[in-house]
Amino acid sequence: MSVVSSPRLAAGNSIIDFDPASCCLEIEGLTLAYGGSPALRELTLRVPRQRVTAFIGPSGCGKSTLLRALNRLHDLNDEVRLSGSIRLEGQDIHGPEVEVAELRRRVGMVFQAPNPFPMSIYDNVAFGLRLQGGIRKRQLDDIVEWALESAALWDEVKDRLKSSAWALSGGQQQRLVIARTLAVRPEVLLLDEPASALDPISTLKIEELIRNLKSQLTLVLVTHNMQQAARVSDYTAFLQEGELVEYGTTDTLFTNPRLARTENYITGRMA
Amino acid sequence: MIGPGRVRLARGEGPWPWLAAGSVALSLLLLVGLLTLLAVRGMGHFWPSPLTLVTLEDGRQLAGQAVREERLPDSAGRERLYLTANRDLEGDIWTWVAVAEIAEESRPRDLVVLERTRWGSFQGRLLALESDEGRVEGEAAWAALETRLETLATLRAERDRLRDEVVMPLVRRLERDSGAEAELAHANARIRELQARISGGMLLLESVDGRRIEQPLEQVLRAWRPNAMSPPQKLAAWASGVWRFLSEGPRAANTAGGVWPAIFGTVLMVLLMSVVVTPFGVLAAIYLNEVAHQGRLTRLVRIAVRNLAGVPSIVYGVFGLGVFVYGIGGSLDEWFFTDQLPSPTFGTGGLLWASLTLALLTLPVVIVATEEGLARVPDHQREGALALGATRVEMLTRVVLPMTAPAMLTGVILAVARAAGEVAPLMLVGVAKLAPQVPVDGEFPFLHLERKFMHLGYHIYDVAFHGGDVEAALPLVYATALLLVLVILVLNLTAIFLRHHLRARHGALPRR
Repeated sequence: MSVVSSPRLAAGNSIIDFDPASCCLEIEGLTLAYGGSPALRELTLRVPRQRVTAFIGPSGCGKSTLLRALNRLHDLNDEVRLSGSIRLEGQDIHGPEVEVAELRRRVGMVFQAPNPFPMSIYDNVAFGLRLQGGIRKRQLDDIVEWALESAALWDEVKDRLKSSAWALSGGQQQRLVIARTLAVRPEVLLLDEPASALDPISTLKIEELIRNLKSQLTLVLVTHNMQQAARVSDYTAFLQEGELVEYGTTDTLFTNPRLARTENYITGRMA
Repeated sequence: MIGPGRVRLARGEGPWPWLAAGSVALSLLLLVGLLTLLAVRGMGHFWPSPLTLVTLEDGRQLAGQAVREERLPDSAGRERLYLTANRDLEGDIWTWVAVAEIAEESRPRDLVVLERTRWGSFQGRLLALESDEGRVEGEAAWAALETRLETLATLRAERDRLRDEVVMPLVRRLERDSGAEAELAHANARIRELQARISGGMLLLESVDGRRIEQPLEQVLRAWRPNAMSPPQKLAAWASGVWRFLSEGPRAANTAGGVWPAIFGTVLMVLLMSVVVTPFGVLAAIYLNEVAHQGRLTRLVRIAVRNLAGVPSIVYGVFGLGVFVYGIGGSLDEWFFTDQLPSPTFGTGGLLWASLTLALLTLPVVIVATEEGLARVPDHQREGALALGATRVEMLTRVVLPMTAPAMLTGVILAVARAAGEVAPLMLVGVAKLAPQVPVDGEFPFLHLERKFMHLGYHIYDVAFHGGDVEAALPLVYATALLLVLVILVLNLTAIFLRHHLRARHGALPRR
């Protein structure tokens, strides 16, 4: 491991100056600690609407922590301390008027391991809608079909909607989970290494799906795989040790990084 | 499939596989042996065994069913035990006979066995039947007896039905208010009329050594000639004996008759217990696993719960007696049943208190099993539900609890297995030696939680130790024990079937 000394970045340096009107998420001065040591330090970042933004960085750099902060999944853990602010469409997600269940419906999340519920394919997709209630069967059928089609799964499962979701392959399960999340019409979709447990062909399908979905919503992708980040994302943020090192368009970051730390990481000179 | 960490021992690895297999075989053998013993000794009791006419060297005669043989001390030969019945003639129903003294054994077809309501069975010969229609003798007497017994059985059933279903409810109604006197008088008149038709008739009997007795026909329940029965007839007699054992109430201080109230009491108590313990246990487990802060206090509570499972059951009995029976029951009596004091209603042992005590006893089992099930639901399932906008309650009820249902049922299965076999605490909180009326009937409120009840486990204890004649009680003890095992088996199989069904619906949890 080569030790690279680099100037500590001022927060302003790492923001791409998006017009606030085109910003979906604005993260400002976010510091997050599990018990003692902070996992994220003074992080400031803007995520543009209807684009794919990738977070890359070595294991333990805080990229998944950041992602889970965006829909307040950390609320479950009493030991998490958090300061700074996260705004979704201008509204602080920790604000007193924000209902966390509603926030999570607006900011959907897909996890590393496919996690369909032990129910039928149909019930999985309908799960979030049924929680909201007041939807008629016909309408539900339509939304389920639309969600499965959006997730490029409809053709594979349309004849067995009533069979168990656990009988699907890993790649199909992950697309089902995406469909389930899409069904509640989120504004943001968080993807936590969505393809890391899948075979190459399933991975390609997921990546294609991500590219197609950005016309509908904002996507934030955490990945270990830099080729994947390069293939699907529009903007990339490089995190290291809980800090944002560099953030730019994917093209610039991968072809012409400003900092030596970033270059070392993407060229593989660093663990 | 052999996964990592589950490598099986293969051949050629020395004695270990054999040792392991041997202990499994031994356990199975013991289990099969136990069940066989209970089945053979218990169920054999109902088989009409042959009646032997024994003539001794000195000319005496006796008729008995051979039970077993024992070696006499200092090699003085063997001694055989006969069930000779006829308590009214002999004062005892058992006779030991030295095998060497037996001159002749035969099985005359005319020997009869009479099951009577007084003095136990009679074994000997039927000489004549006297009734209003006159006197019949010999073979004709046997035919007449069989017809007469059938009529008697119908009359008795009608009389008992009237008493239990018409008269008793009326009497209880009269205790509260008047108005049904005419109805009661009518029913009582009908019973008296039936009674008159039942009584009357006399049998002239002779034991094999020539003593004669006059036997009122009213006291005879059944009669058979074991040596004249064909195997299908014996099988039919056996089946009807088993059926009577299962369906009738006990007679003669529990030494004869059936165990129906005990079966009913056991099952009802276990079901009530499950109904109470399941929601409490599940809620407690949810709190411990899903709600409480996982700190030192929670850990302490968890350890305490696990240790509660090891507290001896009699301690729970004492607790139930003090808190439920005297504490809560006593207060209930003071508030709501003042008119019946000083005779207690809820302030004495009963079905409700017994069920609650056993629910307390089995609570740790349900909590621990449910907690293990909850812990096995992967976190990503929980997060998946939350990420779709589910609240914590929705996450629990729609995803986590359905996945935990099989584990909860495992808890209930273990609880039922433990509770159905408990006897010690029940003695303190509500079991009765004799409660022929089951706690469910057609009278409001239909389920009588304050009544005492009978229990198979206690019945075994009572029959074995409180009857006068251990030799006679033993077959009943075996039969009741077999029944208790079967009842628990049926209860468990029901729960296992349910669990299998749930697993198929909600998917199996990963092994931990």
